[in-house]
Amino acid sequence: MPEAKLKIFERPKSFTDVVTHYCPGCTHGIIHRLIAETIDEYGIRGKTVGVAPVGCSVLIYNYFRTDFLEAPHGRAPALATGIKRVSPELIVFTYQGDGDLASIGMGEIVHAANRGEKITVVFVNNAIYGMTGGQMAPTTMPGQVTTTSPMGRDVSQAGYPIRMSELLSTLRTPAYIERVSVHNPHNVIRAKKAIKKAFKNQMEGKRFTFVEVLSTCPTNWGLTPDEAQNWLEDNMIAFYPLGVFKDTYYDNDEEGQK
Amino acid sequence: MAKILMKGNEAIGEAAVRAGGLHYFAYPITPQSEVGEYLVKRLPEVGGVFVQAESEVAVGNMLFGAAASGKRVFTTSSSPGISLMQEAISYIAGAHLPAVFINIVRGGPGLGGILPAQSDYFQATKGGGHGDYRLLVLAPSTVQEAVDLVMLAFDLAHKYLNPVMVLGDGMIGQMMEAVEFPESIKETDDPMTMDWPATGCEGRDPRIIKSLYLDPQALEKNSFALADKYKKMKEEEVRYELYKVKDDCQVLLISYGTMARICQTVIDEMEEEGVSVGLLRPITLFPFPENEIREQAWKENIRAVLSVEMSTGQMVEDVDKAVQGRKPVEFYGRTGGIVPSPEEVKDYILKILGKK
Amino acid sequence: MSQYEVTFAGFGGQGIMTAGQLLAYTGMNAGKQVAWIPSYGPEMRGGTAYCTVVVSDERIGSPIINRPQGICVFNRPSLDKFGPRVKPGGLLIINSSLVDATSDRDDIQVLEIPANDIAQKAGSGKATNMVVLGAFVGATGIVEFDKLKETLTEKMGRKKDLLQINYKALDEGYELGRKAKEEKVKG
Repeated sequence: MPEAKLKIFERPKSFTDVVTHYCPGCTHGIIHRLIAETIDEYGIRGKTVGVAPVGCSVLIYNYFRTDFLEAPHGRAPALATGIKRVSPELIVFTYQGDGDLASIGMGEIVHAANRGEKITVVFVNNAIYGMTGGQMAPTTMPGQVTTTSPMGRDVSQAGYPIRMSELLSTLRTPAYIERVSVHNPHNVIRAKKAIKKAFKNQMEGKRFTFVEVLSTCPTNWGLTPDEAQNWLEDNMIAFYPLGVFKDTYYDNDEEGQK
Repeated sequence: MAKILMKGNEAIGEAAVRAGGLHYFAYPITPQSEVGEYLVKRLPEVGGVFVQAESEVAVGNMLFGAAASGKRVFTTSSSPGISLMQEAISYIAGAHLPAVFINIVRGGPGLGGILPAQSDYFQATKGGGHGDYRLLVLAPSTVQEAVDLVMLAFDLAHKYLNPVMVLGDGMIGQMMEAVEFPESIKETDDPMTMDWPATGCEGRDPRIIKSLYLDPQALEKNSFALADKYKKMKEEEVRYELYKVKDDCQVLLISYGTMARICQTVIDEMEEEGVSVGLLRPITLFPFPENEIREQAWKENIRAVLSVEMSTGQMVEDVDKAVQGRKPVEFYGRTGGIVPSPEEVKDYILKILGKK
Repeated sequence: MSQYEVTFAGFGGQGIMTAGQLLAYTGMNAGKQVAWIPSYGPEMRGGTAYCTVVVSDERIGSPIINRPQGICVFNRPSLDKFGPRVKPGGLLIINSSLVDATSDRDDIQVLEIPANDIAQKAGSGKATNMVVLGAFVGATGIVEFDKLKETLTEKMGRKKDLLQINYKALDEGYELGRKAKEEKVKG
């Protein structure tokens, strides 16, 4: 008998066996992996439906072995509402970038959160529009140079970046809101915990769960992957503090209005 | 089941329920808000879903998500609300999903008014949103027909995996007439038996429901697949009704919905006065009964074809295309919520015939 | 007559819509084609609420009825607006309890009924609409009176007190209508 080999690292079962289209150093791949591992670990691949955004991650469905819907720009929370309400036995998550969720889809995300839809939203905030080629996002940092803010984001014209986790935390209904980052291994581990917790909440029937993930975009930031990770740590975290913003269980049926 | 007297809007809600359309997403707008008010009470009785969305943009996209389940989903709205749903309608068509949109048309453009109109004909029949697609469009002229066509709409949406629109107007929504429903709620197919819905991929390959094709060959293929469906609709789904179209008819009226009923009164009254006029009433606006109109219009006794509409002239373009220049095609319409009276339509017909 | 159209017009709250619906239900129960068409939109805010009921042996065409055979006016603005629209040879019923004017048309039958007063005596001013509806059915006979009462029972069977008042109001109105019809026939 040959000695059994202990496998310590493998491709998640929920991943397809293809190479992604993401740029070198992009953190979408890490975040995808955290979700795929979560689905594997909970054994829910067969009843999970993802909703893809418009943006760099529009092709996310090519990388997951789960059912997927592709939403119009910003509307993923509306699609997720539709399918979850009609088929409540499914586990439904959206994956959205900052242009998708915090700009064109602001209406849909706020109302899905406020209705307490039993879905999980993974919000990837990299402070820039990726797919269209590096334009200013609602989450672009003050002074940050983009193709549509060549002199740096001018807050007198564009206002300050929107802090989505804080904004949604003002609502009473959502069950769980946390901001994490994936710019180093320590934070990746924390991000995984947050994503797992969000899915767990949904599996337990709790209302609306939201994980904001600070992410890098070396290509459009004009930095190397290393520099991008440092830039995130030095610039973004001060404005977008990490941590849990909401972790309550509000359910009108069981506990009434607390 | 015995006949009951019911307001059009409520009858439409009940018809959807009887057709197994138990999943309703909507935003209030006059003159169809009674549908939602009816369904918010009715749907819980039958285990259905009612969501009042934050906007019609969200309604359309909730329907998109819900339609992906394989279950029967629908919304009701009125003109400005339907405009906001065009984004989702385009995506739903592109992704080959079934959903029913009921438009109780009011006057436009812009905020327009709240009284009945037929000014959404172009929007409904020519696509409405971006891309190469069509809706199958059904136009009822009585409350009973609204019931029948709403139920048919669900069947056709699932047959073609394409959005279907029922194009009513404020008059159909607000008036009460006697209606009959099937005894029980239709048993709809189990999505697990279908090969396209997103039901979770347990025991099968994952399904992707999408409309993005970056490869032009693939996008063209999808567009032609849609075109094939529209061709099949033209072959199999044309519906219309003839009213007093006789060998001695001098004028052939083309009119749909509420307007067609007024034309019937015109025809009855003119018959008594010795002027023979007939009506071809399209029931499907897409596919349009183009061949049937041509066949009637080209008959020797027909001196002119008159499109009568509650618009400034929309369907008349399709009538014109059908008649192919062989007979004069005339138009009479009022709009903005004004419904032409039988008297004014009669006057216009007499003018065409040189009798006034 | 194969088709009869009647408009009920008055203030909101006078039971205009209910009277029309009861007539439409009765017609339907008698196996006829019926349509009940309300006013909606801005017209609802102009002091008059109205609805039109069509009862027919055949399929009903236009739901837009500009010149109905019958019009029942419950208040003065309605008389001014609708009085001139009665089809020649038709019937105009005026609620004389609230309307201090009449129509000078000689090509129609005009019937003045103190409907509020009769309803009060029957037990409630709320039954004014039933007095007028009874008179209308009495004067035209477009549906059987017994069928009308049957339908009223079907629709309001649970509210016994109100039902008795409404029966009485219908009866009183019907008698006045019937008498007027007889006089017209004799006249």
